Amino acid sequence: MSIISLLGALPGSIAQGIIWGIMALGVYITYKVLDLADLTVDGSLCTGGAVAAMLIVNGMNPLLSLLFAFIAGMAAGFITGFIHTKMGIPAILAGILTQLALYSINMRIMGRATQALSVDEYNLIVSLRYINKSILIGLIFAVVIILVSYWFFGTELGSSIRATGSNLNMSRAQGINTDRTKIIGLVLSNGLVALAGGLYAMFQGNADINMGRGAIVIGLAAVIIGEVIFGKIFRNFALKLASIVIGSVIYYVVIAIVIQLGLSTTDLKLFSAVIVAVALSIPYLKNRYFSKGGSKNA
Amino acid sequence: MLEVRGISKTFNAGTINAKKALDQVSLTLNEGDFVTVIGGNGAGKSTLLNAVAGVFNVDEGQIMIDGVEVNRLSEHKRAKFLGRVFQDPMNGTAATMGIDENLALAYRRGKSRTLRWGIQAKEHKLYREMLKELGLGLEDRMTTRVGLLSGGQRQAITLLMATLQRPKLLLLDEHTAALDPKTAAKVLEITQKIVERDHLTTLMITHNMANAIEYGNRLIMMHEGKIIFDVSGEEKKGLQVEDLLHKFTELSGDSASDRMLLS
Ligand SMILES: Nc1ncnc2c1ncn2[C@@H]1O[C@H](COP(=O)(O)OP(=O)(O)OP(=O)(O)O)[C@@H](O)[C@H]1O
Ligand SMILES: [Mg+2]
Repeated sequence: MSIISLLGALPGSIAQGIIWGIMALGVYITYKVLDLADLTVDGSLCTGGAVAAMLIVNGMNPLLSLLFAFIAGMAAGFITGFIHTKMGIPAILAGILTQLALYSINMRIMGRATQALSVDEYNLIVSLRYINKSILIGLIFAVVIILVSYWFFGTELGSSIRATGSNLNMSRAQGINTDRTKIIGLVLSNGLVALAGGLYAMFQGNADINMGRGAIVIGLAAVIIGEVIFGKIFRNFALKLASIVIGSVIYYVVIAIVIQLGLSTTDLKLFSAVIVAVALSIPYLKNRYFSKGGSKNA
Repeated sequence: MLEVRGISKTFNAGTINAKKALDQVSLTLNEGDFVTVIGGNGAGKSTLLNAVAGVFNVDEGQIMIDGVEVNRLSEHKRAKFLGRVFQDPMNGTAATMGIDENLALAYRRGKSRTLRWGIQAKEHKLYREMLKELGLGLEDRMTTRVGLLSGGQRQAITLLMATLQRPKLLLLDEHTAALDPKTAAKVLEITQKIVERDHLTTLMITHNMANAIEYGNRLIMMHEGKIIFDVSGEEKKGLQVEDLLHKFTELSGDSASDRMLLS
């Protein structure tokens, strides 16, 4: 492998990692805070990209288009939340249903499978062409989102969402409308995912119907990598969120390395799935390892 | 305070697993009543409390709390009236959140949850005092995650949470059953203290006959979804554990009185 070409690829990986890190913050809200596995994200990421791309090519300011991407993602999250809580469909299935439906909707939004977004034509706020600027903009987005999340999950409403994920029975006994808190969590989560989708469409120069495929796996990878590496040192909620974005960057740097090592891009999905399977099993394996060590010492 | 009129509940109705857990139960509690509930496994004690709490809808009958019909209110809406402590210490608290955060959640029971900060500065002082009263040393561990505490400590906190906003009715479902005898005694002592201090109307399920006699001013015995014995006042105070066992055998036609003596 060539160190030079790897170093050349790194800034791009970092920018990509930050954008997907924002997506992973959304995944964190459902997977960790609410304790729900939400598969809507594979669809809502593309919804965000599609909405932003179509608005931009129709003349909207790219920054403003992200607001609409965010809102579109929130709508998708609402649908999942609604069919889960009000129609009694298990969360994982509700997410799969919405994700499937979103394929058609995303096609409707774009009218085709790929919508190009040329950085020459539009004043995109992030782009592969300007990687340093993209890293900076991505970081600003990430920091603002982390600070707002830190505030929100410290409020009465945010605390009730955390309580819902921690103990459903207790939450109801304390008068928390758990259907509502779950819906709000899913809405915010998918809003962030779609926002990241909008950013990513600009970054890669197109919105593509398949851009969200496997997004949940990447989100989980970022959450888990962040947790495994920083879980012990970062106790503060804002730092935990930051560790997810760092986890996402690490993930993309590792991907860049394995590509330099000769892995083909079509093998990446397999590689990602393996990484996540390994990362997900680490807490379990660690537990076993430590409990054995403990009983030996005792 | 609580008025239950002819409620019935059949689980898995229409299947071979159909189980009539409550059969035309009526019960009226006056303000300040402290009622202990005994009965064998599967008698319907928990089902009665859960019906009142709105965990499920009843098949027939009416439930009124403080003059309000609550039949159609969902569980979280009824929570406004109720303080609840469960048998499993894991059930009453959010393990991943701090002691202070758990109390703050309970402090807002029955109120709308807004975008104001989750714990106001003045609350810390209040919680500190309340924790100090428990006498478990928890006042110096306010930000400790509840998941790190023992079962007894968690039940004591759940009791605080159930009564932080004065409930119209306190529902205790074998809340000391999972604790060792010493801790159970401590939690019962705290229960008694809080109930007396706030004059709470209380329903307490227990498998401990002696506790059922010692605590409260009224005792009811359940069997197969019905209340088969209801005693209060002086008559209740004078009861012996053997009396209750006799009563059970006599009224239920069931000689297996050991089923009553689980603890
Ligand atoms: N959710 C449910 N689904 C089906 N059956 C249930 C359900 N809850 C309770 N039952 C059944 O209803 C009957 C009464 O149960 P309940 O839990 O009220 O008994 P209990 O008096 O609290 O007993 P224990 O002392 O063992 O707690 C039992 O036969 C039980 O199996
Ligand atoms: Mg029970």
